[in-house]
Amino acid sequence: MNSLPSSKPAPAVRTSDVCRYYPMGGGIIRAVDGISLTIERGEFVALLGQSGSGKSTLLNLLAGLDRPSSGSVMVQGRDLAKMSSEELAAYRRNDVGMVFQAFHLIPSMTITENVELPMRFAEVDRAERGERVRESLEQVGLGKRLEHRPSELSGGEQQRVSLARALANRPSLLLADEPTGNLDSRTGEDILNLIRDLSLSLGMTVVMVTHERALAERFAQRLVFLADGKLLSQEAVA
Amino acid sequence: MKGYDLFELAVRNLRQSKLRNGLTTVGISVGVASLVAMLSLGVGLQQLATRRLAGSGMFDTVFVTSKQDFRGFDREDDQKTEHPENAPVLDEPARGAMTHLQYVTEVEPEIRVMGEVVSGGQTHFGFVTGLPMSARENEAFDNLQGKFFSGPSAEEVILLNDFAKEIDPKDPKGLIGQEVTLRYGERQALAPDSESAGRPQLSGGAVGGSNPTSGDDFGFSVVRKTQKLKVVGIIEEEPYGGMRTVSRGRIFLPVDLTEKLNMAQFTDMRSSLRGGGGKTYMTLTVRVKDPAKVAQVQDAINKMGFRTFSVLDATKSLRRFFTVLDLFLGIFGSLALAVATLAIINTLVMAVLERRREIGVMKAIGASDGDVKRLFFAEAGAMGFFGGLLGIALGFAIGKAINVGTGIYLHRHQLPAEAVWILPPWLIGAAIAFSIVVSLLAGLYPASRAAKLDPVQTLKYE
Ligand SMILES: Nc1ncnc2c1ncn2[C@@H]1O[C@H](COP(=O)(O)OP(=O)(O)OP(=O)(O)O)[C@@H](O)[C@H]1O
Ligand SMILES: [Mg+2]
Repeated sequence: MNSLPSSKPAPAVRTSDVCRYYPMGGGIIRAVDGISLTIERGEFVALLGQSGSGKSTLLNLLAGLDRPSSGSVMVQGRDLAKMSSEELAAYRRNDVGMVFQAFHLIPSMTITENVELPMRFAEVDRAERGERVRESLEQVGLGKRLEHRPSELSGGEQQRVSLARALANRPSLLLADEPTGNLDSRTGEDILNLIRDLSLSLGMTVVMVTHERALAERFAQRLVFLADGKLLSQEAVA
Repeated sequence: MKGYDLFELAVRNLRQSKLRNGLTTVGISVGVASLVAMLSLGVGLQQLATRRLAGSGMFDTVFVTSKQDFRGFDREDDQKTEHPENAPVLDEPARGAMTHLQYVTEVEPEIRVMGEVVSGGQTHFGFVTGLPMSARENEAFDNLQGKFFSGPSAEEVILLNDFAKEIDPKDPKGLIGQEVTLRYGERQALAPDSESAGRPQLSGGAVGGSNPTSGDDFGFSVVRKTQKLKVVGIIEEEPYGGMRTVSRGRIFLPVDLTEKLNMAQFTDMRSSLRGGGGKTYMTLTVRVKDPAKVAQVQDAINKMGFRTFSVLDATKSLRRFFTVLDLFLGIFGSLALAVATLAIINTLVMAVLERRREIGVMKAIGASDGDVKRLFFAEAGAMGFFGGLLGIALGFAIGKAINVGTGIYLHRHQLPAEAVWILPPWLIGAAIAFSIVVSLLAGLYPASRAAKLDPVQTLKYE
């Protein structure tokens, strides 16, 4: 199919004219309205824009949690729009790590169990899991209180746990939806430092939604501005 | 997701809302218990009835009569038989032929004669009945005092308790081991060309072994004889419930001995009227190896031209009755399980609502729709499994209570205790399997609802 000989490997993410519409009342809401965006491997990109501009919707399309109404989402040369829901689930558990503003840890599970959960879905061997849980928690700087429940930890610690969970299956793409939104600025900076270091050391592509331009400028390599579901502009950070 | 992970997650989810899931599990167990209690009651009653009937010795027995005799009892039967007077008679060759039929273990004549027992100078009148060795299995011998006959032609006697009391009111049991004298009438055939009518062709008990049924004795005389017998046992009731013939036998001898003694029977009169025919029997009792083969044997004997009777028809309708009873008890027991099914659906639907966010998270970190579905299935199945186990225990307790209860009731009515409730091992396995299957069916709807949840919606902030 690909007749063009390319020396470069496929980009981490390439969307072409991707749309996501919601029917609403009589009309439709264009949450994402024709965005074409390319993100290279290992790049750290920040999605910026006003509330309701479609940042989360775009991120969910990249995560394979949602399907585009039209257009395509290519991740490492594979079209998510053409995948079955089983294949999308496999894509999410093997290639993607997600971090949320509200952490979304499972409250009844201990820290260790939360980090272990994605490995259960990925059918990682039992013997291997303990080691990988420790490794992931080490990467996010958590070594203590591993048998506690999430509610017993501070917000920053919880976000570290959710980051460790996202790293558990060694994804190539980390998607973060306002990871600092619930944290004070100091703690938020710590988390973003961590994400940037991991991106650099693991060669992981990062797409982060935020509405704090200052933070985005300090940590991301490129800023992408959205408005009304459209790509407004892009800026590389010096 | 691997099976053990699924099970582990399911169990930990169940433990998350202990009270609710616990109550649901108890609900299932009550359903299973009622099903188990009902079905095992059905099984128990059926086994009880079968045991009783088998013990009565009626199940594996075919009674054979000649169509020449007992005419007029069954009009339909009479009409079917063109010339009853030409029907074959129950003679020695016919008996031999029946003995050789497949599945037949024994063919014994009905021997019932009048006799007198002489003991301590007094005589006591009673009917003498010949018993085959197989009678040992009859329930009448369940509480036999003393011993059964040592052999088919042993010179021994077993007495009915009433009769023993008549002989020795103070200590009827003391008779066991003692010797008594039996006085009876011996049938002595007349040689057809004999001028001296009284000359005996055979001389009773002393002859032993020799064939008393010489082919052409169309005349006979009855001669009083005595035989010494050792009392070996005493029984309470007449074997076969006295169903085989009209009068009640009180003195029991091994059947071969009675034949050897060549006792004169009422039927001898009938035989002599037929003339020329040699010895014939009024009734033969054919014992079949397996109650299931009774019909087959009956057929074969009917083809030989005899009239047969067995209680097979009674057992047929009995079996039908128990099938219906089992069905009825099963439906009754299932009602509680049906209610429990609703409880499972309710519990799981609530769990899906409560865990919306959690389900969304699981999908976001890689769970497929199938994983989510299987997780809820596993939860339903686990509740079914534990409910089943608990239900078996509960059902067992209920059943034991039924047994104890009926035991007390029977005891009050001076009857021996009977297990009316029996839990067969297959029912344990079947009940647990059934409980799991029912729970999985109940989980069908909640699980598919959980699987269909849109993660984007469930993960919206606040
Ligand atoms: N399920 C839905 N049904 C209808 N409209 C929706 C739905 N989800 C999102 N929208 C609309 O799509 C638009 C984009 O929403 P989205 O959540 O992507 O915005 P956002 O940029 O992430 O905003 P915020 O910064 O507040 O999180 C909004 O106008 C929103 O109302
Ligand atoms: Mg958003």
